Amino acid sequence: MTVGFVMLAHTALDRAAQVARHWARNGSPVVIHLDRKVSDQAAARFRLGLQDEDRIVFCERRHCEWGSWSLVEAAQAASELMLERFPDIGHVMLVSGSCLPIRPAQDLCDFLENRPGTDFIESATTQDVPWTVDGLNMERFTLRFPFSWRRQRGLFDRWVSVQRRLGLRRRLPGGLVPHLGSQWWCLSRRTLSGILNDPRRKEYDQFFRKAWIPDESYFQSLARKHSRRIESRSLTLSKFDFQGRPHIFYDDHLSVLEASDCFVARKIWPRAHGLYSAFLTRPNFARGVDEFRPLQVTRKFTAARHRRTLGRTGLYMQSRFPHTHWENGITARDYSIFSGFADLFPGFHEWLERSAGVRAHGRLYAPDGAQFSGGAQMVDGALSASPTLRDHDPRAFLTNLVWSARNTRQTFDFTPADSQAIAPIVAADPGAQISVITGAWAIPLFLGGGGPSDIRHLAADLQRKEAAFVNTLREPWAKARIRIWSLADFVEAPIEHLQEVVDEMAAPHARRLREVPQMRDLDGFGSFLQGLRDTGMHPYLTGDFANTYQQTQFSELACRTVVDKF
Amino acid sequence: MDVIQSYRLRLQRKRWRARAFRKRRELAPRTVRTGLIKPSDILCFVTLRDELVRLPYFLKYYRSMGVDHFLIVDNDSTDGSDQYLAQQPDVSLWHTTSSYRGARFGVDWLNWLQSRYGHNHWTLVVDPDEFLVFPYCETRDLRALTDWLDSASIKSFSAMLLDTYPREAVGARRYRPGQNPLEIAGWFDPGNYTISRNPLYGNLWIQGGPRARRFFADKPDQAPALNKIPLVKWHRRYTYVSSTHMLLPRGLNLVYDEWGGEKASGVLLHPKFLDSFDRKAAEELSRSEHYADGREYKAYVADGTENRSLWCRFSEHYSGWRQLDDLGLLSTGNWA
Repeated sequence: MTVGFVMLAHTALDRAAQVARHWARNGSPVVIHLDRKVSDQAAARFRLGLQDEDRIVFCERRHCEWGSWSLVEAAQAASELMLERFPDIGHVMLVSGSCLPIRPAQDLCDFLENRPGTDFIESATTQDVPWTVDGLNMERFTLRFPFSWRRQRGLFDRWVSVQRRLGLRRRLPGGLVPHLGSQWWCLSRRTLSGILNDPRRKEYDQFFRKAWIPDESYFQSLARKHSRRIESRSLTLSKFDFQGRPHIFYDDHLSVLEASDCFVARKIWPRAHGLYSAFLTRPNFARGVDEFRPLQVTRKFTAARHRRTLGRTGLYMQSRFPHTHWENGITARDYSIFSGFADLFPGFHEWLERSAGVRAHGRLYAPDGAQFSGGAQMVDGALSASPTLRDHDPRAFLTNLVWSARNTRQTFDFTPADSQAIAPIVAADPGAQISVITGAWAIPLFLGGGGPSDIRHLAADLQRKEAAFVNTLREPWAKARIRIWSLADFVEAPIEHLQEVVDEMAAPHARRLREVPQMRDLDGFGSFLQGLRDTGMHPYLTGDFANTYQQTQFSELACRTVVDKF
Repeated sequence: MDVIQSYRLRLQRKRWRARAFRKRRELAPRTVRTGLIKPSDILCFVTLRDELVRLPYFLKYYRSMGVDHFLIVDNDSTDGSDQYLAQQPDVSLWHTTSSYRGARFGVDWLNWLQSRYGHNHWTLVVDPDEFLVFPYCETRDLRALTDWLDSASIKSFSAMLLDTYPREAVGARRYRPGQNPLEIAGWFDPGNYTISRNPLYGNLWIQGGPRARRFFADKPDQAPALNKIPLVKWHRRYTYVSSTHMLLPRGLNLVYDEWGGEKASGVLLHPKFLDSFDRKAAEELSRSEHYADGREYKAYVADGTENRSLWCRFSEHYSGWRQLDDLGLLSTGNWA
């Protein structure tokens, strides 16, 4: 027993001839259906080139169009010819001119002989699979499709919606359960002749002639009626992209195709000389491998689908520029923003880099330029500290930094004195962790030593900007992980708050802080705030500091550096 | 986008086509071998001036990539570029003494040649110092790409300009004819590009890279545009609007995905900063034939002669398309 190939060819005829000859020489008959669209001249040349092979025959040519009934007719006619002319074959496999045998024909024969009477055809009921194009599922069968989906899309869509609105429906032939699946099948002689000689074939043909993409449903549905044993899978390796077009194999797929152990793969790029010469020159020895598992191929094409539909989070480039809310995450990885911490803790950045293993930048949005970690003028991605370049596109500055340095978590300071344009962007970013000590901007003013009347305008300005920032963070659309303390609240329990923030940053290997940063001595800060109030400017964001605020507690904190309690 | 605006763009497209038609008179055929062009050929359109030193490698690069025919406008070269090109069997050459600027930096000339010879062909429009790389280009040629684009019904392919520069001072090493310019200028900026959408034409406007950070740090708005759409399945109704940055009809400019995914794209490596750059900069300044009065060259000359290296610690050395894919400068999209 051997297997016969029914080949539908319409382009790249040289390749089709090469493959047909390969099968014929390895003992398998081939019936070729050549599309009517191929010029007579080219068709004659094609036949002439293969006339020395007596196991290759041609069936009558007809016009074939994608998704049309003519493809089924071609397969029917070629199959009939195959069954009639080659009585020794046990199975018939439907292939296209751009298929390529990956394993020796003998392997395929052995595989089929080990599974006698089994039909290999992907066949699933319409309700159970998501293989719908244009939202058409069961309607593939119940509506009429006189217009071409490829060439007359407007008419096609309009006619579908008219039929839906008017409730026009076709009746299914009794007893027929529509099934769908890959159009590339391998059926046993028994099942195939059952389908072709069905007493109700005329009725079925009439019905499927008007269904949409019948080449994916005619044999798939009728095999269910005639087969004794169906394995619902295709022996042809064929993967589709997100738009339902077949992926194409090139020379550089040689190793993944070899590893797939599939019998036949499509579509092969006609100029993939490497693939054709590699697979068509191999000796026809059974290799003793039975099953096939195209894992690598599947992985590769799944990755491509993922790339095309979801893209890489946080990347903005020439061919990925999503609309707002369609970014799948604004930045490439988590990062942290600290507001007020550097004012309260003089060595904050060094401490943070040591304790949390992050890159801690200063004020990236400072008016005189970005303060990169270590005072650098440039950072990953060749991103410049120049304020004009940064302010040209503050959002891209952030997304570029996080993307280019995505191996390390980045943190930076953000103060009310900085350019505030970035505030709504980070607030909406689920990748941002924002920790704010409100009113901490008063500390440098306090330490600067200016009198309250000198600095009250500056303080009022900073407070207004910080209040606006805090309001932004409290918007209902804010998606960042946000913590806001007033300065007074924070200094009540600074270690616990720092621990909480660092824990969240280093989630997988959370650690107790072995060291806390030195906090500024706020002795006299309460009086300073009172002085501001006396000028008429109320620093409400700092929280409540008593006029002579618990000095002892602060100095105690300042001395304590190691708090590991365990 | 309303009907009126659509109609305006349609009129604009027709105007550019009429202009190209008028400007055809400025082109004098030198050696025209367009009879050799077969229906499925991939065509490369170039306009150039005094690029003799770059031409051997340029032609070799694109021949091996699968370009079948070159259609070149020589803007009055004096260095023998025209004689060299006239001897090449796959080059059709036109000569002009007219103003590059007057032809909108060569766009009118090439629009004309493309509408005349490019209809139904895949056409690549590049400068002699631009080298296309695209996903899998070390194993698949341009034909594989265009066949795939055809099968996916994609008509235009984006390849942003990526400026490359030497590690040492610009011009410190001499570029020899036939040499791969990336051997000298192989470094690039990996991740400092900014993008905005052009609401009228729908294309992206990309800026950044070494020229922006070095010459335009105080006026980034004026930094050169890096977005390019050099590879198009041409139809005689199409026109480039401004260099190869954007086209009409504007559907051709939608080379990017707007819903989070990535379309396939390539990169035009741009080893502009060779030893010839100094001479070119000086010459172009006096000719004032370049875009926006050559402000790029002015900025370059104003930058002074000392410390002329564009290299920095975060520069990357080009090692292939996969590196550009990892960095997010190009994308495989759903081509696998």
